[in-house]
Amino acid sequence: MIYTTKKEPTYQQKAVALDDMILTKDSPTSAGSKMLENFTSLFDGTVVEKLAENYEIVGKVTVSEFSRGMLADSAVAALDEKQIKGVIGVETNGAYTRSAALSGKVFVKPTYGTVSRFGLIPVACSGDTVGVMADNAETCEELLSVIAGHDDKDGTSLPQEMIEKAKEVTPVKKVAIVKGFDGAAVESAVEKARAQGVEIFEVDGEILLQAKAAWAILSSAEFCNNVSKYDGVKYGYRAKGCRTIEDIYVKSRSEAFGTDVKTAILYGSHVLSSDNYEKMYDKALRVRRLVREYLDDLLTKVDAVMLPACSTANLSVNAISVYEESLYTAPASITGLPVVVASGVQWLGKPLAEGSLLAFSKQL
Amino acid sequence: MEYEVVIGLEVHVELATNSKIFCSCSAKYGAEQNEHVCPACCGMPGMLPIVNKKVVDLGMTAGMMLNCHINRTTTFDKKNYYYPDLPGAYQTTQLFAPICVNGRVDIETSKGKKSVRIKQIHMEEDAGKLVHDDWRDLTMVDYNRTSVPLVEIVSQPDLSSAEEVVAYLERLRSLLRFAKVSDCRWEQGSMRCDVNLSVREKGSDKLGVRTEMKNMNSLAAITRAIEYETARHIDAIVNKTEELVQETRRWDDEKGKSFAMRTKETAGDYRYFPDPNVMPVVIDDVWYDRIKATLPEFPEIKKQRYMEELGLGDFDASSLVESRAFCDVFEEAYAECGLAKDVANWILKDCANLLNKKQMTADMLAIDGRALGKLIKLVADEKVGRANAKFILAEIFEGATDPEKIAEEKGFIVSNDTGLIEKVVAEIVAADPKSVADYKGGKEKAFMALFGKCMRELRGNCNPQVLRELLLKEIEKA
Repeated sequence: MIYTTKKEPTYQQKAVALDDMILTKDSPTSAGSKMLENFTSLFDGTVVEKLAENYEIVGKVTVSEFSRGMLADSAVAALDEKQIKGVIGVETNGAYTRSAALSGKVFVKPTYGTVSRFGLIPVACSGDTVGVMADNAETCEELLSVIAGHDDKDGTSLPQEMIEKAKEVTPVKKVAIVKGFDGAAVESAVEKARAQGVEIFEVDGEILLQAKAAWAILSSAEFCNNVSKYDGVKYGYRAKGCRTIEDIYVKSRSEAFGTDVKTAILYGSHVLSSDNYEKMYDKALRVRRLVREYLDDLLTKVDAVMLPACSTANLSVNAISVYEESLYTAPASITGLPVVVASGVQWLGKPLAEGSLLAFSKQL
Repeated sequence: MEYEVVIGLEVHVELATNSKIFCSCSAKYGAEQNEHVCPACCGMPGMLPIVNKKVVDLGMTAGMMLNCHINRTTTFDKKNYYYPDLPGAYQTTQLFAPICVNGRVDIETSKGKKSVRIKQIHMEEDAGKLVHDDWRDLTMVDYNRTSVPLVEIVSQPDLSSAEEVVAYLERLRSLLRFAKVSDCRWEQGSMRCDVNLSVREKGSDKLGVRTEMKNMNSLAAITRAIEYETARHIDAIVNKTEELVQETRRWDDEKGKSFAMRTKETAGDYRYFPDPNVMPVVIDDVWYDRIKATLPEFPEIKKQRYMEELGLGDFDASSLVESRAFCDVFEEAYAECGLAKDVANWILKDCANLLNKKQMTADMLAIDGRALGKLIKLVADEKVGRANAKFILAEIFEGATDPEKIAEEKGFIVSNDTGLIEKVVAEIVAADPKSVADYKGGKEKAFMALFGKCMRELRGNCNPQVLRELLLKEIEKA
């Protein structure tokens, strides 16, 4: 579940774990895939360099193949069983959000562009965000302040002076809840917020329901492109007994990728094909813009939007698809807006509001 | 029935940047295999592309030279396909908002002047190279060229003969080399061309079936390929020898034939989409104006100015504007000494000789033009002899900037001390009565021998006219 590359932590106040999507040069990074079994990067990710200055990186937590699964339960287990301070993980499709909500942990997915993506195994570049999962908001705050910062090696990294603003705290007094998003833990979270004097408004955010399909299109297209480089030629898994280059491509990829990954590759290729680009990919880009415009406008009227993190179904059994569950997480994934998971739900804010959301979550 | 050929070109030009388009690896040609690679340009996960601003500079420059509209917001897209020379399995290129659109190139052929419209210019990265080892039955890949920046210049189908194509390509090459966008060397692959060709009844406004030809690496090969392909199309239409299909064909210059590579039906779907890792590049007025200010005069305007204002002849002026480096050195040297004809001679004869010896091209002339101007002035003022001046030029080639200092150090300053010259002349004449006798007997060559000896003794540091007079006088006395 968690494999340790170094000795047991010497003192736990400084012990952190990375998830297996973050590249390190002194230990393998496999992204949970046979394709990258024993793959060791030539360089450390920027977050690794930043953490190594003052923290002890005790190991990696495993992920589902390319983090496309339902949950990030290894991260929760690492926090509970290894007594570490926090897990630094890449949120790509809502797994950390769901796991944090179900286990009562706190998770912060900061504003896209505040934490460098240099040295992550990419899944969906326009949404991949390094976040922090920990037992409490204070720890999330502490570790986020370590990993956030401008990075010249990431072209989508925000300027440092903007990133500094994410530390500012303004009180959360008004929170919107959205019609059509019925899910777990909503009532208790509303109660806790009201107890802090927060006003709750219900809004009709029809467009937010469309984020799920749009994000599925965008993220699988990007995913399909991002895993194309794993072709058996340069590194990673290569099938035995190949005679031609087509053999190397087809057999290596067929043997190394799991069903979920193959499905996403097919879907991603489909939406990008010249016949479908206009009516699927391009339309999804337009939905992304509408969702963002809707939320930007809403967040001028309220301080946060509360969304359930998941449905009330039992996510550990395989009866429900990640796609269905992404109904709740897609609005944050597709817009890059900051989210704090606390009290079992998501609190979503305007750009760079993560500091305010974390401060607010401490009161709940 | 008369037929006409309709041709559009896609020209790839490697940009003259030091580093690659998205990483800091060297983009220079001719390194050891896989010497210029890093995790980014060999397709390792985790690296992110950072746009090399110099690539945008040169993309804009190319567009301005070709009268294009520059898109002030330009974006990069990913083009997906599998091939081992493409380590990421995608090429970063520009589909939706290329840097330049709607340009024009003016050409001149035996049929007169013509404008060729440019559809667009886009920036993209080059692919690597496959190296086949037949002996060991292996294919290896060299990633040095991977991510070397290119622009692709796409013309409208405005060309109608091989002659026009050659004129267009020569014009492109001249303009791009002049603006230092690229060295445009066919033999090194820094300029490449794909030919889109179709044939139709003369005067028809409908285009025929189009084929795209690849793999021509010289103007001569392009001419042969166009002639062959035109004949094949006409033959297919007139004699029904085959059914033409829209396809990509490979030109085999040795066999003198084109061969089908892939048809439209079997061509891959490139699944283009905007690259989410590269933010749109926004070109503000400051950036635009900075590039505009660096544009050179067009070569033909320069040539005219050299002839009309500086009094150079057609041959010298034409030769100089063959190379931007020649022009730059010429202008610097001229500003220093004011002797246009002399400067042209020194560049076109002496500098060209030195370049030749070092197996360098005209574009590689990189000497201090002011130093050359100073040297020419020293010669004109008869302070340094011509032979010694050539020695100093060789030093300037190695980076020297002060010819007068070199002349002093080497003892090359021409002596006006006639006493010294008289002394040397007397010695030489006294020591070689045979030559003196030969000369007096009518052998002109004997005089040159004596003259040469004196010049050597004086290490070239005297006015030849003065030496000549003194030597004649001495011979008479003898």
